[in-house]
Amino acid sequence: MSSITAAAQVLAQLDADAQKAADAASSAGFAYGLAAIGPGIGIGYLVGQAVQAMARQPESAGQVQTTMFLGIAFTEALALIGFVVFILLKFA
Amino acid sequence: MTATNPDAFGRLEGPAPVAAIARDLVRRGLIIAPVLIGLGAVGWQTEGAWSVAYGLALILINFAIAAYVLSAASRISFALMGAAALFGYLFRLAFIFAAVWLVKDASWVRLVPLGLTIIVSHLGLLFWEMRYVSSSLAHPGLKPTSPSIRHTANPHTNRNSSEGATPS
Repeated sequence: MSSITAAAQVLAQLDADAQKAADAASSAGFAYGLAAIGPGIGIGYLVGQAVQAMARQPESAGQVQTTMFLGIAFTEALALIGFVVFILLKFA
Repeated sequence: MTATNPDAFGRLEGPAPVAAIARDLVRRGLIIAPVLIGLGAVGWQTEGAWSVAYGLALILINFAIAAYVLSAASRISFALMGAAALFGYLFRLAFIFAAVWLVKDASWVRLVPLGLTIIVSHLGLLFWEMRYVSSSLAHPGLKPTSPSIRHTANPHTNRNSSEGATPS
Protein backbone atom coordinates (compact mmCIF):
# COMPACT_ATOMS: atom_id res chain seq x y z
CA MET A 1 0.00 0.00 0.00
CA SER A 2 2.81 2.36 0.85
CA SER A 3 4.49 1.70 -2.50
CA ILE A 4 1.27 2.68 -4.27
CA THR A 5 1.17 5.90 -2.27
CA ALA A 6 4.79 6.62 -3.10
CA ALA A 7 4.15 5.98 -6.80
CA ALA A 8 1.15 8.30 -6.68
CA GLN A 9 3.29 11.00 -5.06
CA VAL A 10 5.97 10.61 -7.75
CA LEU A 11 3.33 10.85 -10.46
CA ALA A 12 1.85 13.94 -8.84
CA GLN A 13 5.31 15.51 -8.64
CA LEU A 14 5.96 14.69 -12.31
CA ASP A 15 2.61 16.17 -13.20
CA ALA A 16 3.39 19.36 -11.30
CA ASP A 17 6.81 19.62 -12.97
CA ALA A 18 5.30 19.09 -16.40
CA GLN A 19 2.66 21.69 -15.69
CA LYS A 20 5.32 24.13 -14.53
CA ALA A 21 7.38 23.52 -17.67
CA ALA A 22 4.32 23.96 -19.87
CA ASP A 23 3.45 27.20 -18.07
CA ALA A 24 6.98 28.49 -18.51
CA ALA A 25 6.97 27.58 -22.22
CA SER A 26 3.64 29.24 -22.87
CA SER A 27 4.70 32.33 -20.91
CA ALA A 28 7.92 32.61 -22.91
CA GLY A 29 6.04 32.18 -26.16
CA PHE A 30 3.48 34.75 -25.06
CA ALA A 31 6.24 37.21 -24.18
CA TYR A 32 7.87 36.68 -27.58
CA GLY A 33 4.55 37.24 -29.31
CA LEU A 34 4.02 40.46 -27.38
CA ALA A 35 7.57 41.55 -28.21
CA ALA A 36 6.85 41.10 -31.91
CA ILE A 37 3.63 43.12 -31.87
CA GLY A 38 5.28 46.47 -31.16
CA PRO A 39 7.80 46.28 -34.00
CA GLY A 40 5.02 45.03 -36.28
CA ILE A 41 2.98 48.14 -35.56
CA GLY A 42 6.08 50.31 -35.95
CA ILE A 43 7.04 48.78 -39.28
CA GLY A 44 3.47 49.07 -40.52
CA TYR A 45 3.36 52.77 -39.68
CA LEU A 46 6.84 53.37 -41.10
CA VAL A 47 6.15 51.60 -44.37
CA GLY A 48 2.75 53.23 -44.76
CA GLN A 49 4.25 56.69 -44.41
CA ALA A 50 7.14 55.79 -46.72
CA VAL A 51 4.81 54.50 -49.44
CA GLN A 52 2.76 57.65 -49.14
CA ALA A 53 5.90 59.79 -49.42
CA MET A 54 7.11 57.85 -52.47
CA ALA A 55 3.71 58.07 -54.10
CA ARG A 56 3.58 61.83 -53.56
CA GLN A 57 7.17 62.47 -54.60
CA PRO A 58 8.48 59.69 -56.84
CA GLU A 59 11.63 61.69 -57.53
CA SER A 60 12.72 61.22 -53.91
CA ALA A 61 11.81 57.53 -53.79
CA GLY A 62 15.42 56.40 -53.49
CA GLN A 63 16.08 58.58 -50.48
CA VAL A 64 12.83 57.59 -48.81
CA GLN A 65 13.55 53.92 -49.46
CA THR A 66 16.98 54.24 -47.89
CA THR A 67 15.56 55.77 -44.75
CA MET A 68 12.75 53.23 -44.71
CA PHE A 69 15.14 50.30 -44.96
CA LEU A 70 17.23 51.55 -42.06
CA GLY A 71 14.08 52.26 -40.05
CA ILE A 72 12.76 48.76 -40.69
CA ALA A 73 16.08 47.24 -39.66
CA PHE A 74 16.24 49.27 -36.44
CA THR A 75 12.65 48.44 -35.58
CA GLU A 76 13.28 44.80 -36.31
CA ALA A 77 16.09 44.86 -33.76
CA LEU A 78 13.42 45.18 -31.05
CA ALA A 79 11.79 41.96 -32.20
CA LEU A 80 15.19 40.27 -32.36
CA ILE A 81 15.91 41.32 -28.79
CA GLY A 82 12.59 39.81 -27.72
CA PHE A 83 13.39 36.63 -29.62
CA VAL A 84 16.84 36.29 -28.08
CA VAL A 85 15.49 36.87 -24.58
CA PHE A 86 12.84 34.21 -25.26
CA ILE A 87 15.44 31.71 -26.48
CA LEU A 88 17.76 32.38 -23.57
CA LEU A 89 15.01 32.16 -20.95
CA LYS A 90 13.54 29.01 -22.41
CA PHE A 91 16.56 26.99 -23.43
CA ALA A 92 19.77 28.37 -21.93
CA MET B 1 -0.38 62.51 -60.18
CA THR B 2 -2.12 65.05 -58.01
CA ALA B 3 -1.65 65.94 -54.40
CA THR B 4 -4.97 64.38 -53.50
CA ASN B 5 -4.49 61.25 -55.56
CA PRO B 6 -0.93 60.06 -55.06
CA ASP B 7 0.20 57.26 -57.30
CA ALA B 8 0.85 54.36 -54.93
CA PHE B 9 1.27 52.11 -57.94
CA GLY B 10 4.28 54.01 -59.20
CA ARG B 11 7.54 52.17 -59.13
CA LEU B 12 11.22 52.78 -58.54
CA GLU B 13 13.30 53.39 -61.64
CA GLY B 14 17.06 52.94 -61.80
CA PRO B 15 19.37 51.30 -59.30
CA ALA B 16 17.91 50.65 -55.85
CA PRO B 17 19.85 52.26 -52.98
CA VAL B 18 18.57 49.52 -50.65
CA ALA B 19 20.58 46.90 -52.53
CA ALA B 20 23.71 49.04 -52.23
CA ILE B 21 23.13 49.43 -48.50
CA ALA B 22 22.63 45.68 -48.03
CA ARG B 23 25.79 44.94 -50.00
CA ASP B 24 27.63 47.40 -47.81
CA LEU B 25 26.22 45.82 -44.64
CA VAL B 26 27.27 42.34 -45.77
CA ARG B 27 30.73 43.59 -46.73
CA ARG B 28 31.20 45.21 -43.33
CA GLY B 29 29.88 42.09 -41.63
CA LEU B 30 32.45 39.96 -43.43
CA ILE B 31 35.16 42.43 -42.45
CA ILE B 32 34.24 42.27 -38.76
CA ALA B 33 33.54 38.51 -38.77
CA PRO B 34 37.06 37.33 -37.82
CA VAL B 35 37.08 39.65 -34.81
CA LEU B 36 33.66 38.51 -33.60
CA ILE B 37 34.49 34.84 -34.16
CA GLY B 38 37.74 35.33 -32.27
CA LEU B 39 35.86 36.91 -29.36
CA GLY B 40 33.45 33.98 -29.37
CA ALA B 41 36.35 31.53 -29.32
CA VAL B 42 37.97 33.37 -26.43
CA GLY B 43 34.77 33.39 -24.39
CA TRP B 44 33.20 30.04 -25.26
CA GLN B 45 35.91 28.00 -27.00
CA THR B 46 35.13 26.26 -30.28
CA GLU B 47 31.38 26.17 -29.72
CA GLY B 48 31.42 29.93 -29.19
CA ALA B 49 33.24 30.50 -32.45
CA TRP B 50 30.77 28.34 -34.39
CA SER B 51 27.82 30.00 -32.67
CA VAL B 52 29.09 33.50 -33.46
CA ALA B 53 29.73 32.54 -37.08
CA TYR B 54 26.25 31.05 -37.35
CA GLY B 55 24.60 34.10 -35.77
CA LEU B 56 26.51 36.49 -38.00
CA ALA B 57 25.58 34.49 -41.09
CA LEU B 58 21.93 34.62 -40.02
CA ILE B 59 22.01 38.39 -39.68
CA LEU B 60 23.76 38.96 -43.00
CA ILE B 61 21.34 36.63 -44.81
CA ASN B 62 18.49 38.48 -43.11
CA PHE B 63 19.74 41.84 -44.41
CA ALA B 64 20.29 40.43 -47.89
CA ILE B 65 16.81 38.90 -48.06
CA ALA B 66 15.19 42.11 -46.82
CA ALA B 67 17.01 44.23 -49.38
CA TYR B 68 16.34 41.84 -52.25
CA VAL B 69 12.63 41.60 -51.46
CA LEU B 70 12.23 45.37 -51.02
CA SER B 71 14.15 46.30 -54.16
CA ALA B 72 12.41 43.65 -56.26
CA ALA B 73 8.97 44.67 -55.01
CA SER B 74 9.65 48.39 -55.43
CA ARG B 75 10.38 47.81 -59.12
CA ILE B 76 6.84 46.48 -59.49
CA SER B 77 4.98 49.03 -57.38
CA PHE B 78 5.31 50.99 -54.17
CA ALA B 79 2.15 49.40 -52.81
CA LEU B 80 3.62 45.94 -53.33
CA MET B 81 6.79 47.13 -51.62
CA GLY B 82 4.73 48.03 -48.55
CA ALA B 83 3.16 44.59 -48.49
CA ALA B 84 6.55 42.97 -49.02
CA ALA B 85 8.01 44.93 -46.11
CA LEU B 86 5.27 43.85 -43.73
CA PHE B 87 5.07 40.20 -44.74
CA GLY B 88 8.83 40.11 -45.16
CA TYR B 89 9.14 41.11 -41.51
CA LEU B 90 7.02 38.15 -40.48
CA PHE B 91 8.80 35.70 -42.76
CA ARG B 92 12.25 36.86 -41.73
CA LEU B 93 11.37 36.55 -38.05
CA ALA B 94 10.09 33.05 -38.76
CA PHE B 95 13.28 32.30 -40.69
CA ILE B 96 15.50 33.37 -37.79
CA PHE B 97 13.29 31.50 -35.32
CA ALA B 98 13.47 28.32 -37.40
CA ALA B 99 17.20 28.66 -37.97
CA VAL B 100 17.88 28.97 -34.24
CA TRP B 101 15.32 26.31 -33.33
CA LEU B 102 16.96 23.78 -35.64
CA VAL B 103 20.39 24.09 -34.02
CA LYS B 104 19.47 24.85 -30.42
CA ASP B 105 20.33 21.32 -29.27
CA ALA B 106 23.35 20.85 -31.51
CA SER B 107 26.61 20.06 -29.80
CA TRP B 108 28.48 22.93 -31.49
CA VAL B 109 26.02 25.65 -30.44
CA ARG B 110 26.01 27.79 -27.33
CA LEU B 111 22.88 29.88 -27.10
CA VAL B 112 24.36 32.80 -25.18
CA PRO B 113 27.01 33.77 -27.79
CA LEU B 114 24.53 33.03 -30.55
CA GLY B 115 21.93 35.37 -29.05
CA LEU B 116 24.47 38.04 -28.23
CA THR B 117 25.81 37.91 -31.78
CA ILE B 118 22.36 38.30 -33.28
CA ILE B 119 21.65 41.45 -31.27
CA VAL B 120 25.10 43.03 -31.28
CA SER B 121 25.92 42.40 -34.92
CA HIS B 122 22.49 43.55 -36.13
CA LEU B 123 22.62 46.82 -34.21
CA GLY B 124 26.35 47.31 -34.64
CA LEU B 125 26.25 46.93 -38.40
CA LEU B 126 23.31 49.30 -38.64
CA PHE B 127 25.00 52.01 -36.57
CA TRP B 128 28.19 51.51 -38.56
CA GLU B 129 26.27 51.83 -41.82
CA MET B 130 24.48 54.97 -40.66
CA ARG B 131 27.78 56.84 -40.68
CA TYR B 132 27.93 56.38 -44.44
CA VAL B 133 24.30 56.88 -45.40
CA SER B 134 23.41 60.22 -46.78
CA SER B 135 20.04 61.79 -46.27
CA SER B 136 20.49 64.53 -48.81
CA LEU B 137 18.86 64.64 -52.20
CA ALA B 138 22.26 65.34 -53.71
CA HIS B 139 23.50 61.90 -52.67
CA PRO B 140 20.53 59.64 -51.97
CA GLY B 141 21.48 56.29 -50.54
CA LEU B 142 25.15 56.03 -49.77
CA LYS B 143 27.57 58.90 -49.75
CA PRO B 144 30.25 58.79 -52.42
CA THR B 145 33.72 58.26 -51.01
CA SER B 146 35.73 59.75 -53.81
CA PRO B 147 36.70 63.36 -52.98
CA SER B 148 36.34 64.29 -56.65
CA ILE B 149 32.75 63.07 -56.67
CA ARG B 150 32.06 64.83 -53.41
CA HIS B 151 33.41 68.16 -54.68
CA THR B 152 31.88 68.05 -58.13
CA ALA B 153 28.44 66.79 -57.14
CA ASN B 154 25.80 69.40 -57.75
CA PRO B 155 22.51 68.95 -56.00
CA HIS B 156 20.73 70.90 -58.71
CA THR B 157 21.87 68.59 -61.48
CA ASN B 158 21.54 65.30 -59.60
CA ARG B 159 18.04 65.22 -58.26
CA ASN B 160 17.09 61.87 -59.71
CA SER B 161 16.28 59.73 -56.70
CA SER B 162 18.09 56.64 -57.85
CA GLU B 163 21.28 58.22 -59.12
CA GLY B 164 24.36 58.66 -57.01
CA ALA B 165 23.83 55.55 -54.88
CA THR B 166 27.49 54.70 -54.85
CA PRO B 167 28.71 52.06 -52.41
CA SER B 168 31.25 53.58 -50.09
